[in-house]
Amino acid sequence: MKKRMFYQCGLLLVALTIVLAGCGGNNKPASTNSETDKPTNAANTGGSAEGEIKVGILHSQSGTMAISEVSVIDAEMMAIDEINAAGGVLGKKIVPVLEDGASDWPTFAEKARKLISEDKVATVFGGWTSASRKAMKPVFEELNGLLWYPVQYEGLESSPNIFYTGATTNQQIVPSVSWLLENRGKKFYLLGSDYVFPRTANLVIKEQLKAEGGELVGEEYTPLGHTDYSTLISKIKAAKPDVVYNTLNGDSNVAFFKQLKDAGITAKDLTTLSVSVAEEEIRGIGVDVLEGHLAAWNYYQTTDTPANKTFVENYKKKYGDERVTADPIEAGYTAVYLWAAAVEKAGSTEVDKVKEAAKELEWDAPEGKVKIDGATQHIYKTVRIGEVQANGQFKELWNSGEAVKPDPYLKGYEWAASIQPTE
Amino acid sequence: MQKFTPQRIWILIGYAATAAALFSAPLFVSDFRLNLLAKFLAFAIVALGLDLIWGYTGILSLGHGIFFGLGAYAMAMYLKLEASGGKPPDFMGWSGLKELPLFWQPFQSFWFAVAMGIAIPALLALILGYVTFRNRIRGVYFTILTQALVIITTTLLIGQQAFTGGTNGLTGYSTVLGFSIGSPETKRVLYYITVVALIGIFVFCRYIIGSRFGKVLRAIRDGENRVRFIGYNPAIYQMVVFTISAAIAGIAGMLFVLHVGIISPSMLGIVPSIEMVLWVAIGGRGTLVGAALGAILMNWAKSEFSTAYPQGWLFFMGLLFVVVVVFMPKGVAGLVSQIKFRKKRREPKHEGVRNPAV
Repeated sequence: MKKRMFYQCGLLLVALTIVLAGCGGNNKPASTNSETDKPTNAANTGGSAEGEIKVGILHSQSGTMAISEVSVIDAEMMAIDEINAAGGVLGKKIVPVLEDGASDWPTFAEKARKLISEDKVATVFGGWTSASRKAMKPVFEELNGLLWYPVQYEGLESSPNIFYTGATTNQQIVPSVSWLLENRGKKFYLLGSDYVFPRTANLVIKEQLKAEGGELVGEEYTPLGHTDYSTLISKIKAAKPDVVYNTLNGDSNVAFFKQLKDAGITAKDLTTLSVSVAEEEIRGIGVDVLEGHLAAWNYYQTTDTPANKTFVENYKKKYGDERVTADPIEAGYTAVYLWAAAVEKAGSTEVDKVKEAAKELEWDAPEGKVKIDGATQHIYKTVRIGEVQANGQFKELWNSGEAVKPDPYLKGYEWAASIQPTE
Repeated sequence: MQKFTPQRIWILIGYAATAAALFSAPLFVSDFRLNLLAKFLAFAIVALGLDLIWGYTGILSLGHGIFFGLGAYAMAMYLKLEASGGKPPDFMGWSGLKELPLFWQPFQSFWFAVAMGIAIPALLALILGYVTFRNRIRGVYFTILTQALVIITTTLLIGQQAFTGGTNGLTGYSTVLGFSIGSPETKRVLYYITVVALIGIFVFCRYIIGSRFGKVLRAIRDGENRVRFIGYNPAIYQMVVFTISAAIAGIAGMLFVLHVGIISPSMLGIVPSIEMVLWVAIGGRGTLVGAALGAILMNWAKSEFSTAYPQGWLFFMGLLFVVVVVFMPKGVAGLVSQIKFRKKRREPKHEGVRNPAV
């Protein structure tokens, strides 16, 4: 009866997997299965049980976006550990509840709903792609949750339930285009991956070029994950632009910059400015092909502030010397601290009180002093243009001097009138 | 009329108990769990349709994500317009489109959207079926074609951002027929609608399988050429059943959007399309209960594993899949007959012909 043993083993394995899953759920520090245990208005105290405050961390830990988002999780966990080591918030320990968005937008929506209504977390730190944020936005608005979104994005959004700690267009793209027009030339070639961020960003850039005397000589989109840029490079050669404004994302950058170098074009012959290439991407693409190319961000690992010195040191100590910090990593770290400061100020984790307390809140972030703009829930950020150096780090060529007020709808720019929503 | 053997009575009791459990679920589970369950039931509906063509007719479609997605998009267009009050939705604005495109306008009507959510997938399936089955394209070649269709559709949806919302998909709804889509009451009603749809479609599929039409389908699965020699035209049967299956997927897509609140091209890509086939395989190909059960179990497992092990849940899913395929080749539903079969072998008894009808 060997066969029977075989089947029994199989059944046992299935049972084991299911039991394991069940155990995992119960062992997790944060899960309290029934709200009946503590009927005292669990819904509006927002995640504060006795002695601990639960917060959600919702990034992709699997799928195509995992490679970028896992570093942000690391930074957020580090911030939580630091705050806990210093005594927590309101005297309570912060307990993170991790969920996997799996690079899939409906999953982000489902997990956001789970974190708010099942785990009753006080806030959620999460998201990377615009698509994931758009998927979570209605959930947070419906359940009156609080989301901290750490990545630069295309603007034209301002949800009452989201704090945006990455740059909006007027803190990254618009000033960098002005700088390029002044310093590198008038003829622009726009190159991007085919999804919402590049298309919207380029819509803004085109209006700006018209208004500030630039000239558009080409605009191309390639699918995400596209790797053959030889035809495109020929097109760029023929169009003779002064600047290639690069909104490619992910692997495509590797292919584009390698093939650009193979075609004999270096940073000396052609200026490129990228908005999705940071320190981490440089490691992946290779310094040799990127040296001399430009990027626009609000933070570099080399940014010279006292807060950044300790931040980089601690990050490397915790996660390894070969790791680098980058803009979204810093923005995730900053988000946790800003939330904690707002909770301290409000004396509560209740969403509405935290939002009220967060208005005009200031903090010395690694990127410099940041301040939450109460009206848009974005933060004031300093714009920095950097050049890739031989050691894989950026050298800052220019910065805006002071933190720029966020303007997600570009209301302060006359030329942007046609982009703004009609309402 | 079939006789009421004890076995049949037990099955009927099982059905009744399942239906009762589904209808009373809102009394026992939280709003969040109910919402999840509703989503799983929507997936179970796709699995039923898929089982109809794969389990019973032997056509493997790795493109059911499209039919599911088209249904979902039709409903999403209606919801989006309802949220924007008939004006061009937000994403059109930031994609540089000022006017509502012509093909969007009729979607302001709920019933038009529902009709389209069924008709468009069905029509697409009919066209695909017409060009393939009539030309006797089948097996792997047909499967490859369905994959190609998936790639075309997702590329189109992503590329035409101004009209479709691009990679973001369509999200941010407010009301359905005037009822707030986020309120627990609406969600409960939507859940009941999904249960009714699932039971209705289950009964419909049972009916098809039991009919003469269903017998021809099984005959096609087991020997297409023989069916042709007898004088049937298999192409017509394949076309019809493929169209029905696509329409069912469309219905499931519409329900999915109402529960989940977002549809994006990633939901109808290659991976989800293959996943749908996996549900059927794991649940038990060729049994309707198995297909539905497979969809619910797999998605439940996915949800639980990913919560318990955010970093390693995919390994568990893989393990579960391998274990089921190796130890239960006929899926979860096949387990019952597997056990019964072995019992029978141990105590050999005289049995009559089990299936006199065939």
